[in-house]
Amino acid sequence: MLASLGLILLCQLIGEAVVRGLGLPLPGPVLGLLLLLMLLLARDRFAWLSFGPLRNAGVETASKGLLAHLSLLFVPAGVGVVQKLDLLASHGVAIVLVLALSVVVTLLATVLTFRLVSCLLKLGDAR
Amino acid sequence: MTDNPFSLWVYLSQSPLLWLTVTLLVYAATDAVSLATRRHPLANPVLHAMWIIGAILLVTGTPYTSYFAGAQFVHFLLGPATVALAVPLYENRKRAVASIVPMLVALLAGSVTAVVSVVLLAELAGLPRDVVLALAPKSVTAGVAMGIAESLHADPSLAAVAVILTGIMGAIIVTPLMNRTGVTDYRARGFAAGLAAHGIGTARAFQVDEIAGVFSGIAMSLNALVTSFLVPVAVTLLVR
Repeated sequence: MLASLGLILLCQLIGEAVVRGLGLPLPGPVLGLLLLLMLLLARDRFAWLSFGPLRNAGVETASKGLLAHLSLLFVPAGVGVVQKLDLLASHGVAIVLVLALSVVVTLLATVLTFRLVSCLLKLGDAR
Repeated sequence: MTDNPFSLWVYLSQSPLLWLTVTLLVYAATDAVSLATRRHPLANPVLHAMWIIGAILLVTGTPYTSYFAGAQFVHFLLGPATVALAVPLYENRKRAVASIVPMLVALLAGSVTAVVSVVLLAELAGLPRDVVLALAPKSVTAGVAMGIAESLHADPSLAAVAVILTGIMGAIIVTPLMNRTGVTDYRARGFAAGLAAHGIGTARAFQVDEIAGVFSGIAMSLNALVTSFLVPVAVTLLVR
């Protein structure tokens, strides 16, 4: 468990270091995600990588533990709303309406594009 | 034993222990309510934990910085949790690879819609320029959005609040909205949730369906990439 958490942190650390070092415009944890994914894929290919947290679903169990309470992790930043009460008093209704409309439009655009493209692909395959 | 109960409060309110404990206990309670209502969208645990803790801070006159000194240990885990998304992605890699084309097209359509719609609507509503800039990256996860806002010289903490509000509204609205569109493909539904409402949408998607959660996690990570490039361009073109 400890080694698995260590591996997750190590992936993030390498991700952050590479992003900072090369000035890449992407977040460090996302690079860490790619790194962990490649490690897991490499482990299936090469038996010698299967040790420590990469053995017996070690890192898998630790990751699922972290993801089980994903929403909790947003609470501290969310409470930051108390610092913005004066802004919300003057523009709150407009901000909430703008964000709500935008999220609905985005959800619809994404889900419909996804469905449209996968239906078109299926039609192409059938032909 | 201190003679003045107030001095005990002064001591505790300055230590990280108190606010870390409050964060965990309030969330445990709101999550239990959410579970008891069989994950009803309106019983969103983040939303209710947020206003309850916010009210406690206001009533006790605690500044947000003292609160954050304790809660930062929870906040810190956002990064490792993003890395951990590699595991559900790995376990469902065959399904993800099989839908790569619809995913990439939907990613492009969704990211552009997210940024352009919020900038246009905010300008239409007559919001001040610095608010418009802080709202622009609202569909990506908090850490990334704060970075984008900083690079635009907008207020990162306002960007974080916009991100959380977007995530909560997205998580509340996604299930009824998708049921109304009649889309039953949980890949598409999850992908939309993660793209529009980042980690809070992904948490919601995992509650509804495992596959939806996986696709939501993919969308959230990819959108963080695309939006980092997109927001500066959109802002130059659209904001007066």
